[in-house]
Amino acid sequence: MRRKTVVVAAAIVSLVASLAFTFGCKNGGGSQNGPGGSGGGNQTGEIVIGHYASMTGDTAHFGQDTDKAVRLAVEEVNAQGGIKGRRVKLVTLDTRGDATEAANAVTRLIDVEHVSAIIGEVASTLSLAGGRVAQRRGIPMVSPSSTNPAVTAIGNNVFRVCFIDPFQGTVMAKFARENLRLTKVAIIKDVRSDYSIGLAENFRRAFTQRGGQVVAEQSYSAGDTDFSAQLTAIRDSGAEAIFVPGYYGEVGAIAVTKQRLGINVPLLGGDGWDAPDLFRIGGAALEGSFYSNHFAPDAASDRARRFISAFQRRFGSEPTGLGALGYDAAMVLFEAMRRAQSVTPATIREGLTATRNFEGVTGRITINAQRDADKSAVVLRIRGGRAVYETTVQP
Amino acid sequence: MKWLLRAAVAAAIVGALWGLSYVLHEHVIEYVVRIAMLCGMNIILAVGLNLINGTTGQFSIGHAGFMAVGAYTTAYVCTQLAPEVAGVLGTGFLPDAVVFNVGLIAGAALAAATGVVVGVPSLRLKGDYLAIVTLGFGEIIRLLLTNAEFLGGATGFSGDNPTGLSPYTNVFWVFLWVVIVIVVIRNVTFSQTGRSLEAISEDEIAAEAMGTPTTRLKVVAFTLSAAAAGIAGGLFAHLQGSVRPDDFKFDRSIDMIVMIIVGGLGSITGAVIGGIFVGVTLELMRDLSEYRLVLYSLLLVIIMLVRPQGVLGKRELSFSRLFPKKAAKPARAAGDEKP
Repeated sequence: MRRKTVVVAAAIVSLVASLAFTFGCKNGGGSQNGPGGSGGGNQTGEIVIGHYASMTGDTAHFGQDTDKAVRLAVEEVNAQGGIKGRRVKLVTLDTRGDATEAANAVTRLIDVEHVSAIIGEVASTLSLAGGRVAQRRGIPMVSPSSTNPAVTAIGNNVFRVCFIDPFQGTVMAKFARENLRLTKVAIIKDVRSDYSIGLAENFRRAFTQRGGQVVAEQSYSAGDTDFSAQLTAIRDSGAEAIFVPGYYGEVGAIAVTKQRLGINVPLLGGDGWDAPDLFRIGGAALEGSFYSNHFAPDAASDRARRFISAFQRRFGSEPTGLGALGYDAAMVLFEAMRRAQSVTPATIREGLTATRNFEGVTGRITINAQRDADKSAVVLRIRGGRAVYETTVQP
Repeated sequence: MKWLLRAAVAAAIVGALWGLSYVLHEHVIEYVVRIAMLCGMNIILAVGLNLINGTTGQFSIGHAGFMAVGAYTTAYVCTQLAPEVAGVLGTGFLPDAVVFNVGLIAGAALAAATGVVVGVPSLRLKGDYLAIVTLGFGEIIRLLLTNAEFLGGATGFSGDNPTGLSPYTNVFWVFLWVVIVIVVIRNVTFSQTGRSLEAISEDEIAAEAMGTPTTRLKVVAFTLSAAAAGIAGGLFAHLQGSVRPDDFKFDRSIDMIVMIIVGGLGSITGAVIGGIFVGVTLELMRDLSEYRLVLYSLLLVIIMLVRPQGVLGKRELSFSRLFPKKAAKPARAAGDEKP
């Protein structure tokens, strides 16, 4: 018995020791050049960039789509000889869709992988957790598709290449009022998601400002499967459309329930709809619905078409809007590195700040004073089990 | 004389923790330090939960709820208190220490109070019923927080500063609270109360027949356990920089149960080992990318097959066991548990 105890104790000691040896001390690897540059200090060899994403978990789809596109961007830039003659190396870490792990991953990217810059995350709450670490450590971070305004408010190291929630809510309100000429709209929002709440709030404001009326406002929690109570309430309100700023899983289920209850009005939504699974879950019930997105594959610019065909060749499937944004995030980052004199976190940050009219897959990107991207949004219509381009809405 | 010795030991521990904190924060990369602090919080959670799930044998599967109460309370109290204290004491280590510890104690107190409210009616139930009640409670807390506008709703609470809550949490405070929680729980476990709790776990009817006030003792254990979870929540809030309802999902309660089952139900040192295991395993397997979750689950299955009673079973690791004194030997051998 006693021997066993000693074995256990030895196992623990060796585990702790192996941890210490694996990661070593502060002064082991990267150079310490004070605040604003604990990573990427050396000016030769590979340029390491980090990507943290939900490769597993509830939103694995988002992380995997984005990561494929980022990888494609890295492969392309390396095929063209890299940046300033240096190869770019991508390190992707999983967050499981968990905020604690997101902060762990960003800390690891900075301390262990010594990255010069970071790309991530899709979900705003995870970008907030990771962005706080990046800001404190002085490493620039570009979020491809976190649309919550609070993300870039963290500080001067956090950027994004997508539009923000207020804009997406406004786009759909404008579209519903001016293109569809609706006057009465109901809202079902996910109370567990900032994204959903943000979109709903801005939709309501913009829609009522333009003379429309929000006749019913219902809520659900992500993970719910039964929406008949909410939809029954909406059926009796006389709404001409239902704004559902949620994620694809629940949206699909809501569409199915709506059809079952015989409510014949279109659904409106945001980029949280953008996943192939939407059609698998919602099926024909989604026909005639609209959602705003960053990019429309069928009405693409030459730049976007090149990206789509490269993506299809590489991965055998069509990219989603999130993928396109991941690609743009990487390309904006590379552009900033090219512009910089030397590749250090500080110069990359300056380069990112100076991004003007960058011709991206998802449109022309200008980084504004709030480190958000000024760009237009597209509205897609669901027809024949596909999302097709309807119109473009300017900021 | 005895209290003098104890004070000296306490001072030595504080000093050692201070030194450890200095060395880690100055000389070791933040990633490792961060994982170490998360492990410390896991230890607090596991040791606390072990008192009710292990020693007392009452299965709670909603402890993330108490952690949430502690986390939100600490975060809220600290944000409200910091400007007031800064007005009196200025800035620096002392005011931060005062604000943070007042916040942590408030968090523990409210978590404990919630523990009483949940415990009094539900601990009259036995077995599975209690598990369901605690499960429901954990979800209720999370949903209340999700709908509490003044606490930020689903976005979570991060104070007024865009960079989040003040980063008060460091190695010193985490491990000082680890020591406090372990000492308190250990003293309870090896007291008369602890023996009664164990009696409840062995056979509740027999314990009651012997005159043990079972419900009252269960509530006491539950409350202490909730307070520990509250402390861990407060430490977590100020490490992470924000608290969100989704940080305290059902998965978090399951993580805690994994910790105490891996370590050995009913063993404090086992809970410590389990806490560290859950804290480091997923991070150590980072190189496996998406497969780490598969391997992690596989590892748990293997542990349960090889050692269903957990790493330590019901035993405790102690210095006297590792370095046995000749004289202590016979007594200890007799006291060794039978499987």
